[in-house]
Amino acid sequence: MLENNESGQVDDIILDIEDISIKFGDFKAIKHVSTSVKDREVRFFIGPNGAGKTTILDAICGKNKISGGKIIYKKEYDVSKFKEHIIAEMGIGRKFQTPSVFNGITIEENMELAVARKHTLYSTTFRKLSGEKRDYMNHVLEFTGLQDKRFQYPTRLSHGEKQWLEIGMILATRPKLILLDEPVAGMGRKETEKTAELLQDMKKECAIIVVEHDMQFAREVSDSVTVFHEGSVLDEGTMDSVQDNEEVINVYLGRGGEQ
Amino acid sequence: MKKKMNIQWITMLAILIFIFLGTAPFYMSMFRIGLLGKYICFAIVAVGLDMIWGYTGILSLGHGVYFGLGAYCMAMYLKLEASQGALPDFMVWSGLSELPLIWKPFANPIFAMLMIIVVPVVLAVIIGYLTFLNRIKGVYFSILSQALAMILAVLLVGSQGFTGGSNGLTNFTTIFGKSLSSPMTKLVLFYVALLVLILIFILCKFLVNQRIGKIFIAIRDGENRVRFAGYNPAKYKVFVYALSAAIAGIAGAIYVAQVGIISPSEVGITPSVEMIIWVAVGGKGTLVGPILGALGVNAMKTIASESFPELWSYVIGILFVVVILWLPGGLVSLKELPAKWKKKFKKQDEEGQIC
Repeated sequence: MLENNESGQVDDIILDIEDISIKFGDFKAIKHVSTSVKDREVRFFIGPNGAGKTTILDAICGKNKISGGKIIYKKEYDVSKFKEHIIAEMGIGRKFQTPSVFNGITIEENMELAVARKHTLYSTTFRKLSGEKRDYMNHVLEFTGLQDKRFQYPTRLSHGEKQWLEIGMILATRPKLILLDEPVAGMGRKETEKTAELLQDMKKECAIIVVEHDMQFAREVSDSVTVFHEGSVLDEGTMDSVQDNEEVINVYLGRGGEQ
Repeated sequence: MKKKMNIQWITMLAILIFIFLGTAPFYMSMFRIGLLGKYICFAIVAVGLDMIWGYTGILSLGHGVYFGLGAYCMAMYLKLEASQGALPDFMVWSGLSELPLIWKPFANPIFAMLMIIVVPVVLAVIIGYLTFLNRIKGVYFSILSQALAMILAVLLVGSQGFTGGSNGLTNFTTIFGKSLSSPMTKLVLFYVALLVLILIFILCKFLVNQRIGKIFIAIRDGENRVRFAGYNPAKYKVFVYALSAAIAGIAGAIYVAQVGIISPSEVGITPSVEMIIWVAVGGKGTLVGPILGALGVNAMKTIASESFPELWSYVIGILFVVVILWLPGGLVSLKELPAKWKKKFKKQDEEGQIC
């Protein structure tokens, strides 16, 4: 992981969102949204609360059903046709807003579950992790700074460390696309900076979509930004270009973002 | 590191319990051994329940069903052996003239032994698939499982000609041609029960130490997270549910052979809930706790009901409340209590000094 691989086909589109709509009963949460994410791109979804950013992440990872349009992953898979665990196996990793790690097992065991590629009853009962998997796990533990705490239980970690553990568990599955929902919410400046570094390293391997309200963080890390408002795309482009958009300033940025 | 110590201590405790049980016949009366053998069957069920409740976090209030199915399969075989080719007595009383079709293969001991495991597993897989695949969980699953216990009890009482109704199946004479009333057979059955308990304990211990055991705990802690890590939780839940059903079925079969009777009152809601109490009192998520709980609670039940029969239900009620309030980790967590108190007193001392 993380060895610089500039020769990859960077312009490949990994996720294509085509004109999707999502309804909750009569309420249209998402109205005809289209966008596409390139391989190894860090895309930020920003916008006021209730704009539908998390709803789209949920749709990509299979948690929400879409009522119109298509989400195409790697140009061939229509994700709405698969269950969550299959989508995860295909290489889309999801991190939720609140840290959700397994408190009843050690940090290392958390990582072991994530790094294992075979999810059958037989292999989880009888097979040990291969040396290569183990090396990779150690690498991720080091990368997230949890190496020294690997035999501890996650209950003893700080909020920031729990977030990193969860990000590490997603990395361990070797995804091609990572969906992060407010990864730096509740973090101090120092922790936020470390998370930014993690993201910069992660993007060498995969594309990342981040939902975030922290504009400084977005400015530091993003390649591109999509601004949502009331279920539609308001603007899309680099952080600098959307910042100058009058409409974006009116509905969101002018209010200094939201915490 | 502290947790590691704890685990070793718990294995030691299990070995001590097994040694106690194994040597019991040398200093206990045959009557007490019979009772102890019965408790061992309960302990087997409790270990299986711990896998599903303590580790995977699924509260089943209907494991009496699987205990009962195993027990009835065994009882059908024993009854046919006792009838020696004739129609079993209760069928004659209910006016049946011929042995029902589903009874016929149970004359074969090998078939009966297989069914003890197959029937509970098949039912558990069907119920498990329907519920876990549709993501029915938590209290909804508990209610559903309880309804299942009620349905089976009603069915057993209702179809008198097939099941002996509310009297159940009894009056057995021999098992595999050996007299059930001889002390030797009883002793053998006691040791079979103990051996099964030890084997099932080792099997479960093995499972919880493997990656699959960590997945069980992960499902308990955050089923959604497991799903987004690429595992299908339903698969693992069906597996552990079927495993605990098979364990309960085996326990039921050994129970019948030792006790000599199985009736709907042993498979309904009340016994199912009692099983949960054994696990909770002993300490869930430890495997050895449930063994301790099943043996301890039932020993207390016997002592209390011998001396004050009408007070027994209050005793178990109070015990349950005490454990839930002051000992949420169950009896096995008693060991940590002195350390906890020490900490508390120390804290009080420090506070006293500040004042």
